[in-house]
Amino acid sequence: MNVIEVTNLVKRYGGHTAVDGVSFSVEEGEIFAILGPNGAGKTTTVESIGGLRAPDSGSISVLGLDPRRDRDELRRVVGIQLQESELPDQIRVSEAMDLYASFYAEPLDRERLLDDLGLADKRKSMYGKLSGGQKQRLSIALALIGNPRIAILDELTTGLDPQARRDTWQLIEDVRDSGVTVILVTHFMEEAERLADRIALIDTGRLVALDTPAGIVSRVDAEQRLRFRPSAPVEDDLLTGLPEVRSVRRHGPTVEVAGTGNLVPAIMAVLARNQIVANELRIEQADLDDAFVALTGRKLAN
Amino acid sequence: MLTKITAIEARLFFREPGVWLLTILLPTIVLVVVGLMFGRQPDPALGGRRWIDIFAPSMVVMTLAILGVNTLPGRLVKYREKGVMRRLSTTPASPRSLLIGQLAVNMGVAVVSLVLLIVVGNLVLQVPLPKDPIGFAIAFLLGMSALFALGLLVAAVAPTPGVATALFVPLFALVMFLGGVYLPRMLLPELLIRIGDYTPPGIQALLDAWSGTSPQPAQLAVMGLITVVAGTVAARRFRWE
Repeated sequence: MNVIEVTNLVKRYGGHTAVDGVSFSVEEGEIFAILGPNGAGKTTTVESIGGLRAPDSGSISVLGLDPRRDRDELRRVVGIQLQESELPDQIRVSEAMDLYASFYAEPLDRERLLDDLGLADKRKSMYGKLSGGQKQRLSIALALIGNPRIAILDELTTGLDPQARRDTWQLIEDVRDSGVTVILVTHFMEEAERLADRIALIDTGRLVALDTPAGIVSRVDAEQRLRFRPSAPVEDDLLTGLPEVRSVRRHGPTVEVAGTGNLVPAIMAVLARNQIVANELRIEQADLDDAFVALTGRKLAN
Repeated sequence: MLTKITAIEARLFFREPGVWLLTILLPTIVLVVVGLMFGRQPDPALGGRRWIDIFAPSMVVMTLAILGVNTLPGRLVKYREKGVMRRLSTTPASPRSLLIGQLAVNMGVAVVSLVLLIVVGNLVLQVPLPKDPIGFAIAFLLGMSALFALGLLVAAVAPTPGVATALFVPLFALVMFLGGVYLPRMLLPELLIRIGDYTPPGIQALLDAWSGTSPQPAQLAVMGLITVVAGTVAARRFRWE
């Protein structure tokens, strides 16, 4: 079942078109990542879904609600974590949780949520004294406190150290497993690859691809590269004769083979038949980064 | 929801020691220090009145100026800059409730500061209690509303905290000056005294009510008018992000 339908969304700021005819739908219970470089229109898209911005044209339906017309109702069922929105420095973690819990009819258990987010021992701390990662986790807690059906999380792991980032990813998976639909805005390939059930790839306001992470990677004509140092001399013909191999290059003692399909098993088999061992074997395969370059012609800036 | 926001805003207010010392204690301290030094004898040049009794209402102006043109709008501008209001607008709570909570806290602080000033002034310096208490309450409420509305108007239209500060500083100085905080009003030229009568929070109406004369309706009406006009424009134009 689709919980969000976005159809031909267009949003302009002055003469600049931030979102240019984006359409997609989000299924209940999935983690849906909106991935793209900075300035691609990701935030504008989710802020339109959250009713914070009025689209210039196109339509959005969230759980059957119009985000602008039915703002009040939408806010009870959608939790949003925004970029660059802070709390007063002097407010304590427990006070912020109490305050935000008071906005909703059936809030989640505050203590448990703080426990889950690893903030239990920060209850009495003031917001201004928290680290970047702790602020980020509190922000996620506040987006979830109202027990929303949909959680929109914008760049949630930006500025976190690798450990905090992995902990947060685990948390997002737990949130999804509890039945919440999650929309994740990110410019981290690794994050989208690890978490998302489906990815909407956005570049300069347009939807470039919409698929599972594996599906997007497979759209790229994925060339694989294999490098190894053979234990005995290898004739080029031995390798170029294989249908999977496109090219063979040599860098001193190292052989580099590029190709497609089942390249690795094919090479291994032919080397084994000739009693040659592939030393220092390295394999490079296409990932989402390559897919992004292939689909947009640009690198995803970090 | 609104009471919760107000309660938290009140706690945050008192968590910054500089702010509540300044707004609650400073006016009383200044009155006592100045009063212990001079102005406690009836002065024939003032028609037999004591100078300190005439100066006391200027300390009310000081409280209201610090709160209305500094603390209240400054905090709202800061909240906007930090995205506190934007964050709130994603929840069922309206950012408007944050504004109302802030207004309630600042008005409460103004009343506490006023009561402290009147009580301590009376006990230490024998400054009489306001002789027209109802007229004084009206003059105080209208003057406070007018000044707070002006502060909110600046907060509403200022595009950045820098611009807001650039507007608050001269406005604050002007209110303090015309309210007789920097210099006793009798030293000012007649024109400035008359302008001061109609400048929020309306020093003359406070002084009249305190010393037993009914405040002039025209002065109160101007305060009401400023409240309505500035307050309406501020409410319409207020940017939450």
